[in-house]
Amino acid sequence: MKDIEITGRGFLDYAPAPESTSILNLKDSYGLFIDGEFREGSGGAFTTISPATEKPIAEIAIASEADVDAAVQAARNAYRKTWSRMPGADRGKYLFRIARLVQERARELAVAESLDNGKPITESRDTDIPLVAAWFFYYAGWADKLDYAGLGSAPRPLGVAAQVIPWNFPLLMLAWKIAPALAAGNTVVLKPAETTPLSALLFAEILQQADLPPGVVNIVTGAGETGAALVRHPDVDKVAFTGSTSVGREIARTVAGTTKRLTLELGGKAANIVFDDAPIDQAVEGIVNGIFFNQGHVCCAGSRLLVQENVHDEVVDRLKARLSTLRMGDPLDKNTDIGAINSREQLERIRRLSDIGEAEGGERWSAPCDIPQDGFWFAPTIFTGVSTSSTIAREEIFGPVLSVLTFRTPAEAIAKANNTPYGLSAGIWSDKGSKILAVADRLRAGVVWANTFNRFDPASPFGGYKESGYGREGGRHGLGAYLRSGASTEGGKR
Amino acid sequence: MTIDTPALAPVERAVRVLGGDLTERGLRQHLEGLSGVDAVGLEQRAASLATRSIKTSSKAWALDRIIELIDLTTLEGADTPGKVRSLVAKALVPDATDPSTPRVAAVCVYGDMVPVAVDALGGAHGDPDDGLVSVAAVATAFPSGRASLAVKLADTRDAVAAGADEIDMVIDRGAFLSGRLGKVFEEIAAVKEACRREDGTSASLKVILETGELASYDNIRRASWLAILAGGDFIKTSTGKVSPAATLPVTLLMLEAVRDWHRLTGEHVGVKPAGGIRSSKDAVRYLVTVAETVGEQWLQPHLFRFGASSLLNDVLMQRQKLRSGHYSGPDYVTID
Repeated sequence: MKDIEITGRGFLDYAPAPESTSILNLKDSYGLFIDGEFREGSGGAFTTISPATEKPIAEIAIASEADVDAAVQAARNAYRKTWSRMPGADRGKYLFRIARLVQERARELAVAESLDNGKPITESRDTDIPLVAAWFFYYAGWADKLDYAGLGSAPRPLGVAAQVIPWNFPLLMLAWKIAPALAAGNTVVLKPAETTPLSALLFAEILQQADLPPGVVNIVTGAGETGAALVRHPDVDKVAFTGSTSVGREIARTVAGTTKRLTLELGGKAANIVFDDAPIDQAVEGIVNGIFFNQGHVCCAGSRLLVQENVHDEVVDRLKARLSTLRMGDPLDKNTDIGAINSREQLERIRRLSDIGEAEGGERWSAPCDIPQDGFWFAPTIFTGVSTSSTIAREEIFGPVLSVLTFRTPAEAIAKANNTPYGLSAGIWSDKGSKILAVADRLRAGVVWANTFNRFDPASPFGGYKESGYGREGGRHGLGAYLRSGASTEGGKR
Repeated sequence: MTIDTPALAPVERAVRVLGGDLTERGLRQHLEGLSGVDAVGLEQRAASLATRSIKTSSKAWALDRIIELIDLTTLEGADTPGKVRSLVAKALVPDATDPSTPRVAAVCVYGDMVPVAVDALGGAHGDPDDGLVSVAAVATAFPSGRASLAVKLADTRDAVAAGADEIDMVIDRGAFLSGRLGKVFEEIAAVKEACRREDGTSASLKVILETGELASYDNIRRASWLAILAGGDFIKTSTGKVSPAATLPVTLLMLEAVRDWHRLTGEHVGVKPAGGIRSSKDAVRYLVTVAETVGEQWLQPHLFRFGASSLLNDVLMQRQKLRSGHYSGPDYVTID
């Protein structure tokens, strides 16, 4: 046998395999999508950049308070004149059409998403965009079956929905918001995140292609100011927000005392519990998928690893070996596992919290990655020796940073998992079904995954406990957020 | 935990790893104590490895390496000396239009064809590390393994005496599935002993698990571990006579066993997926899986092989395409 020591990477240094951007037909500047057409904004403009290179992609309009008002008015008109009167079966046809167009333009949308957000093309291609289509297909099917949504016969839409979405899954969060709203008969004004408006604007083109009646969906771009103007607009009946807990609190305050309905999907600090009888290789994969998927920019990320003490060393060793094979770099390269951090601001937050983690005595280990010169990057990082009182075990980092804690008994695992102000998701790894069910029963989290992590399906409700927000998205439950019961006496605006 | 087991006989080594008497019960407790396998997770991981995009220079390297890792195989009842000679000729010069094409690692034949293969190889018979071609023989009442131990050992000794460098044996799946792990262990250890030549050297032993008959991933992990404990130099998926034969998840699982064994003892054990790998694209996925699971130092003939027959021609067509920029067709590569 030959000497089998290999210095450096040979084959594993896969040749570049970039997805071509030639499929994208981007304009230099984008306006606001109001009443079925693009129009200039009156609040100025900002530039959206690629976080992997810091190069500009396009100029994006900023919606002023007057623009937001115009958008809400367009939505109100469309609601009154067309969308709320249209038979459900016809609304369903539009949604099916949108779903098919998303599939047809899937590659283009995936490239745009990776370019603007920094996530690897494999993720946008294999996860985000297929789920977007699935979400529209799923709710298209509901549009003419609302009588069976469990809300009594003939449930009624709420009216105009104001929706504000985050930058981690730009188009998928748009689908989570728009699909159920339209299926239920509401019209929408949506504000995408400031750093990732691109795919929402391409989606507006799809709406034109689908011939959706003008005003049913309006898209206003801008920063926090635009979002605040939208949320406090008096003619809005429903506010749906996904994002940070602090902004969610502000929104709850704004909406308090009005008749607006509110659903919030906020932060998380999920526990991923690994028992000693877990299928260990798959558990390691699940830990990686739980926290390093999408650079850890996932509100339900498994950012706290709770591992049974007798397998702690083995799990951490295997985890480190696995992380050393992750490939960080160009998000458009088809072999990239870890893309760019979405913004400088977010990168600084991740750095700050990681430094605190080190200062508080956590042992820091980062995967050996070459960090590209330009753009925003953070190597996958594990902290061992973390205690429940550590800052990095309590605050949401929203980045590729995993805190490892240990436990001895299931009771201790449950206590530690629940010891957080959040409660969005959790994971359990064990070969023993009875143990999984017993533990899942006692976890205060909206979603509990068993022997998997970060799996989504449009038929499954999603949402949080405690500071992770309220209301559910997805499934039949998700319709409840956009309908009032047929028997209810509170009058919807007509 | 690292256990030092330099050059021990299989039985002593197994005793060392098991840390006690090598009894049926001891073996079972050890194998059943292995971590379980989650089928969904394993298949997901294999599917994600299959999405790697291997282009340009990486692809060129991969195609050549695939050829160097092939056990070019003919295992038909209708095999003739002429057919084996033709196979050997193909093994030595896979593509006459391109002299830069590497040779395959070995030819794999039935025991009675070993003398023919050795004769046809002549001076080119030897270690693939030296650019030569080895002879592998299937033995132990391949493919069913339904014969007495005495017959299996005679089958093995016969092939080794005729010049086989490698023995591909089958395990007794009936014994394994009915829980007689000691019997399986003893057979492998005995065949390993029968691989020994008079001069003290030994033919390399590949242990075929026939994963298509083992019913669960948990069983495949246990059988892999058992075969390694009993002294197998390689663990091999399939005979090619049972469907399903090699699959990516099964190969990934066996690579994980080999990786864990290496972590435990520092020893290197090979893996050979066999049967059903027909296209270059498929074979590249296996290379990726090896490189990302055990490391790319495993991509060498003493640690990884493809058991295949039609794969070679597809790789040759892909090589021609890389060189010329356009696809030829099956008429431009030779049948063997």
